[in-house]
Amino acid sequence: MAHKELHFNLDETFLFTSKAKQKIFTLIGVGFLVFILGIVILAFNSGKEASHHALAEHTTEHTTSAVHNDHDAVTSHEHEGHEAYHWSQRIWATLWVNNVFFTGIAIIGLFFVAYNYVAWAGWSATLIRIPLALPSFLPITFVLMALVFIFGHHTLFHWTHAGITDPSSTNYDKIIAGKKGFLNVPFYVIRTIVYFGAWLLIYSIIRKFSIKQDLEKENSVKYHNRIIYFSAMFLVVFGVSSSMSAWDWVMSIDTHWFSTMFGWYQLASWHVSGLATITLITIFLKEQGYLKMVNINHLHDLGKFMFAFSIFWTYVWFSQFLLIYYANITEETTYFMDRLFRFDNVYTPFFIINILINFIFPVLFLMSRDAKRQLLFLKIAAFGILGGHWLDFFLMIHPGALKQNGGFGFLELGSIMIYVGLFVYVISYTLSKAPLVAKNHPMLEESLHHNI
Amino acid sequence: MSTTTDNKFLIGIYDDEDVLLHAVEHVRHAGIKIHEVFTPFPIHGMEDALGFKRSRLSKAAFMFGLTGFILAQTMIFYMMHLDEWKINVGGKSTIPYPDFIPVSFEATVLLSAFGMVGTFLVVSNLLPGVKPRNFDIRSTDDKFVVAIELEKNSLSVDQMSIMLKEQGASEVYEKVVD
Repeated sequence: MAHKELHFNLDETFLFTSKAKQKIFTLIGVGFLVFILGIVILAFNSGKEASHHALAEHTTEHTTSAVHNDHDAVTSHEHEGHEAYHWSQRIWATLWVNNVFFTGIAIIGLFFVAYNYVAWAGWSATLIRIPLALPSFLPITFVLMALVFIFGHHTLFHWTHAGITDPSSTNYDKIIAGKKGFLNVPFYVIRTIVYFGAWLLIYSIIRKFSIKQDLEKENSVKYHNRIIYFSAMFLVVFGVSSSMSAWDWVMSIDTHWFSTMFGWYQLASWHVSGLATITLITIFLKEQGYLKMVNINHLHDLGKFMFAFSIFWTYVWFSQFLLIYYANITEETTYFMDRLFRFDNVYTPFFIINILINFIFPVLFLMSRDAKRQLLFLKIAAFGILGGHWLDFFLMIHPGALKQNGGFGFLELGSIMIYVGLFVYVISYTLSKAPLVAKNHPMLEESLHHNI
Repeated sequence: MSTTTDNKFLIGIYDDEDVLLHAVEHVRHAGIKIHEVFTPFPIHGMEDALGFKRSRLSKAAFMFGLTGFILAQTMIFYMMHLDEWKINVGGKSTIPYPDFIPVSFEATVLLSAFGMVGTFLVVSNLLPGVKPRNFDIRSTDDKFVVAIELEKNSLSVDQMSIMLKEQGASEVYEKVVD
């Protein structure tokens, strides 16, 4: 109630204990073992079923070439560059799924901070340090992304194949040649570096001001205004870079296809995953006895966020689907044909699970007020959403890069465990470096009394 | 409302919402039943202080929305498929389910919005032709008004007046409202 004095320890800092580190290292270690197991199984199966594989490859080659004739009768000698599939390609595709997914979660932390500051949001002041810790994972994903690009660009990006833009080459593809002004390796690398560079630059400035604010109470409003200034700048940068990174990192895998909804689609998926991550970290910190000042009303708000943006994701996903379904233009429908009906229906179950777990589940599960005010319910919903959106990125990347050879196995499971372990380690480390509450945030008092 | 029964109310006028909130808590604690509080703007925590149960408005909204959804589904299904002149769009099935979703969504939102506006008008006595109950006209400007129905309280008018004044009321008077 108003005017009730509330006393909290605003100087508390997260202690990253060696016990917690040990648990994380165990997770990463087990993840590595599962990952290696996945590789062994893949290598073993590919040797054993080589003959069967060649047969399957042959038949699918026919169906895909038929489709390409449909949508591009102009290039008569279109050669898809379907070189023989090697099982190691699946490693790169799987790592790329994780990279894009975790990059998204990391940058959404800054996105959350930015729109909360720009909107003068008071409620989130007590927990703003949690999203502010997330982008510290960006340097790791940047390095991993560079490595996967160096070794796996041939698998992932059809447009990097040799001679694909050269009319005299047998590999020539007229459609891709038309896109070479944008889709070429030097420009692509520059763009990726610019995204990460801009994000990390603005992140380091905002974090610096937020931590300075802790030390200088008399200048808290000055620093607050500076954070708002850079937050607004970030929103402009992110408005462009979120869409463009979606074209680069994900949409260009299906090079022939494009969708004007794709930037939104990836942003929606990233955003709801980021919100689920913020909710989970808040709950885990509360369970360990930190963040006493974050009450059930803050978590209720985070629950509403997850609920609302699950619906937003569905809205964007469905907008993309409906337009393509309704217009029925072959070069557009091929994206959904790949995922629903082609490749021996490898992806059909994932496609259906994707909608169930990312739309039906959060909507029904988080609809009531009481569910959003129960930590257990929020945790289940957040884990469901995170799993569901990993699957969403899996569905964006695997069918385009691996055709019928994709799937979910030990390799994917192990890679998730490794990335989760790295992510938790880096975020815990960052959280332990600064107080958990921005104690001189001008609107902290409002947040302490937050009640809905 | 009939004029034969005496609808006597004790009206307390407050100038500040925080004072009012604490007064309401205190008065209810002392066992006085408050009929209603009228304020120029919503006051956070007032529902709790008055002990109101959670509104059933969300359930009403759900029912209105469901009506809209069923209406839209029936309508499109009839137009596209049941009607003698089946509609063929690009050779698709006459029950193209994805196409139903936008229309169903819009009708759901439309009917729940209309339903909520109607419900609001009914519960706040604002339907055309209904005389709104106004305890003190100043509650539409800058005063906060507490109305206590005398019949439902056993304490005397004086006792209650003193209590309201003690809790910071700037003015207390009796009024007959029908």
